[in-house]
Amino acid sequence: MPDTLIKIENLKTYFPVKKSILSKKLFVRAVDDVTMEIPRGSTFAVVGESGSGKTTLARSVLRLIEPTSGKIFFDGSEILRLKGKDLLDVRRKMQIVFQDPYNSLHPRKLIKNIIGEGMKIHFKITENEIRDKISAVLKEVGLRDEHMFRYPHEFSGGQRQRIAFARAIVLKPKFIVLDEPTSALDVSVQAMVLKMLKDIRAQEDLTYMFITHNLSLVDYIADRVAVMYVGEVVEMGEKNTVFNHPSHPYTDLLMASNPIPDPKFQREKRLLKGEIPSSVNPPSGCRFHNRCPHADQKCASQAPEMREHAPGHFVRCHYPL
Amino acid sequence: MEKTAKVSRPFMDDLKHTAFLWRRSRLTMIGSVIIVIFLLIAAFAPLIAPYSPVEQNLSIKLQSPSWQHLFGTDQFGRDIFSRVITGSRTALWIIFLVSVISGSIGIIIGVTAGYFGGIVDEVLMRITDMFLAFPSLVLAMAFAAMLGPNLTNTIIAISIVSWTTYARLSRAEAIKVKSQPYIEAIRAAGGGNLRIMFLHVLPMCISPVLVQLTLRMGTIILTAASLGFLGLGVQPPTPEWGAMVSDGRNFLIDQWWISTFPGIFIAFVVLGFNLLGDGIRDMLDPRLRR
Amino acid sequence: MELRGKLLDVSGLKVSFYTYRGVIKALDGVELWMDSGERLGVVGETGCGKSVTSLAVMRLIEQPGEIQAGKVIFNGKSLLELSEENMNRVRGIEMSMIFQEPRSSLNPVMKVGYQIGEAIAKSKKMPIKKTYPEVREMLKLVGLDPDRVMNSYPHELSGGMSQRVMIGMGLATHPKLLIADEPTSALDVTIQAQILELLDELARKMGNAVMLITHDMGVVAEFCDKVMVMYAGNSVEYASTVELFERPLHPYTGGLLLAVPRVGRTDELKAIKGTVPDLVDPPSGCRFHPRCPRVMEICKENRPPLVQVEPGHFVACYLYGNEGEVKENA
Repeated sequence: MPDTLIKIENLKTYFPVKKSILSKKLFVRAVDDVTMEIPRGSTFAVVGESGSGKTTLARSVLRLIEPTSGKIFFDGSEILRLKGKDLLDVRRKMQIVFQDPYNSLHPRKLIKNIIGEGMKIHFKITENEIRDKISAVLKEVGLRDEHMFRYPHEFSGGQRQRIAFARAIVLKPKFIVLDEPTSALDVSVQAMVLKMLKDIRAQEDLTYMFITHNLSLVDYIADRVAVMYVGEVVEMGEKNTVFNHPSHPYTDLLMASNPIPDPKFQREKRLLKGEIPSSVNPPSGCRFHNRCPHADQKCASQAPEMREHAPGHFVRCHYPL
Repeated sequence: MEKTAKVSRPFMDDLKHTAFLWRRSRLTMIGSVIIVIFLLIAAFAPLIAPYSPVEQNLSIKLQSPSWQHLFGTDQFGRDIFSRVITGSRTALWIIFLVSVISGSIGIIIGVTAGYFGGIVDEVLMRITDMFLAFPSLVLAMAFAAMLGPNLTNTIIAISIVSWTTYARLSRAEAIKVKSQPYIEAIRAAGGGNLRIMFLHVLPMCISPVLVQLTLRMGTIILTAASLGFLGLGVQPPTPEWGAMVSDGRNFLIDQWWISTFPGIFIAFVVLGFNLLGDGIRDMLDPRLRR
Repeated sequence: MELRGKLLDVSGLKVSFYTYRGVIKALDGVELWMDSGERLGVVGETGCGKSVTSLAVMRLIEQPGEIQAGKVIFNGKSLLELSEENMNRVRGIEMSMIFQEPRSSLNPVMKVGYQIGEAIAKSKKMPIKKTYPEVREMLKLVGLDPDRVMNSYPHELSGGMSQRVMIGMGLATHPKLLIADEPTSALDVTIQAQILELLDELARKMGNAVMLITHDMGVVAEFCDKVMVMYAGNSVEYASTVELFERPLHPYTGGLLLAVPRVGRTDELKAIKGTVPDLVDPPSGCRFHPRCPRVMEICKENRPPLVQVEPGHFVACYLYGNEGEVKENA
């Protein structure tokens, strides 16, 4: 068994829904009972459509949103219990890069200050040392020294994502959450950013959680993958296992819906019917049963447990494919 | 490798564009010219004013405008021209201090309310609502009467009634900004609330508040003048336009010049600030930009 | 002049936007053509002018933009020469358009049934109330339940449902051409697949041509017969979809295809060096030359025209021998 860096146990993050005072209190079950382990030095992809809870999961792991219940272990210490200095130290070791390159950098600050902010919080070092570190990290992400004295709006989307990434790695973290880091970029730029992410992970011995809705990226960047649907992980395992033998009907149909950039590639048309249900009031039993082509009575009434379908391959389904 | 995409300097571009919009609007230009003249008068008041603004000379009281006394003299024989010119300094001083004080109070209250939300927001905003519920002039009068009429208290009274706009404005801005990923990124890096609030959220609230401040400068002059007129503002002999208008009240039929000239100055400066403020608002309107 | 496309033939289309920064030459000699019932994909990255092209064809370019030159022949009519009144009869009736953000293209305060009815009423010149049976028919066709949707407001529908409504509205008048501007970019993949399937099915049934504007090579491969690749306001390559993916001729197309990730691809993705040019001050000659791995001297000075180098395969590149040049400001 490889060394585990992040271990999540039964994590739940619910948000109260504002309704009239008289009605029963309702919750958005954004993340509902998620359990997963992320091995050190790997890239763990979390795939899902909008409303699947993948972004809430990412933010809960970093405690940017306080989870409702559950446990998160980082390098053995349970981070939901940490306070003060210990929490601050863990915060340094876990970083995040956001989806939108246009809103993730403070518009009124110089790049130097954007990247240096974290160091000012965590390290007792002089301006000059900060300057040197920024200069080094800019080179690492493929930018130049003089970029330090510019404002975010002077950069293209791809460059901004490099800056956001530089801000994360300059704190020497062990774990980085990448929340759809390339979904706002053009494909030719995306290719460069992905390559940089891959290279730096190897150099710096980082562990990634890569949040995405794009299955095509997963194959390129990830080692393991978890597929989420309406707040739950429905399938999880080695990338190749999951992609070659998708065992949950949702994963199967999700892959069938993913457009293949090859006009000669003929495949049977298999569409996932219906729409994603609301996570305020998810369907009874298996949350996928009302859209599932294989569902029966049992699926409608009884929620399936996560089971180890094959070694290391987990599926939440009564009748895995 | 990506190269730096743009050769152009967006900041300079922005400035040029602003200048371009400014030139295009004639009213804004008129407003700017009025304000520049007002500032120049205030700056060089002692050089421009031919007589002392406070010294009384009853032998020449109530003289009509002439070449010696351009705007005539008042009931104490003071040169109205000199008093009006010197009064611009009082007005400018009031505008400056009120803007700084009410702007700061407004920003701090607004950012605190917006950033923390919940109960803090409720309490602070209900207090703001209380202030807004009164007509601002009446409230300012009440404060001025309570504190006693003089220049400092005028400034305090006007500041107390005018911070509410800026509080609401910066609260709205803070609420918008605090959920932006760039703020979340600082939280993820371990930044505390105070750090985020003052170093990262607050700077974003400054520019909308500055625009609003320019828009409200005319109102500040009017409020100060109203207080002066009612005897609740700056006390004689300091020249203040509102008080001067009030001085001439009893002589309005025969000695029209005593009230009229300071009145014209009030009207012009308020007009100037309003034109400029409108212009600035339009210039910053994103629909007009680009 | 012989038309290359029987339904639509756009040639030499130039559109500029006048901004304080200078003139943005958003389109500079765009070529585009389609036959009836065909599906053309217009692909390119941010700022290549693909959306502006579609708006220009619909004559929906607004201030500060202006169509400066070019010809748009649609169904035998020269659109740029039509009066606004006649153009109105083409727009929304003979050709209609759907957008990326379906919800913002629907009027939020009007019921969905009424809005579709309006489109039909305009083309048939009849009162809106009388169109309702047809509206219900149309909603059924796009896979929605008319009883539920007729009286809903747009905010009560999901993104996928709104896009279905938009498609219903676009096709309600049986247009010859449907222009779809990134119709699925804001949607999830499973919903995207549904919408593409629906567009496909309806186009078969109603025989309309579809111009699909997208940045997604996967969507093009799945949906389109022909592809026009655009770069920085120029048309750079045109071919059938299979041909283009198999044998891209223009270095830009080749680079783009190598950058696209796909399931089953774990080798290095190849990026195109450099960034998209600033259209206020575009590069001289071929606009791709600063980024092109096979740039030659001539590319820096002359702009290659879009010419046929093989049957049905057009490319604007000097690598394939043509010596001609697009005259600037012609």
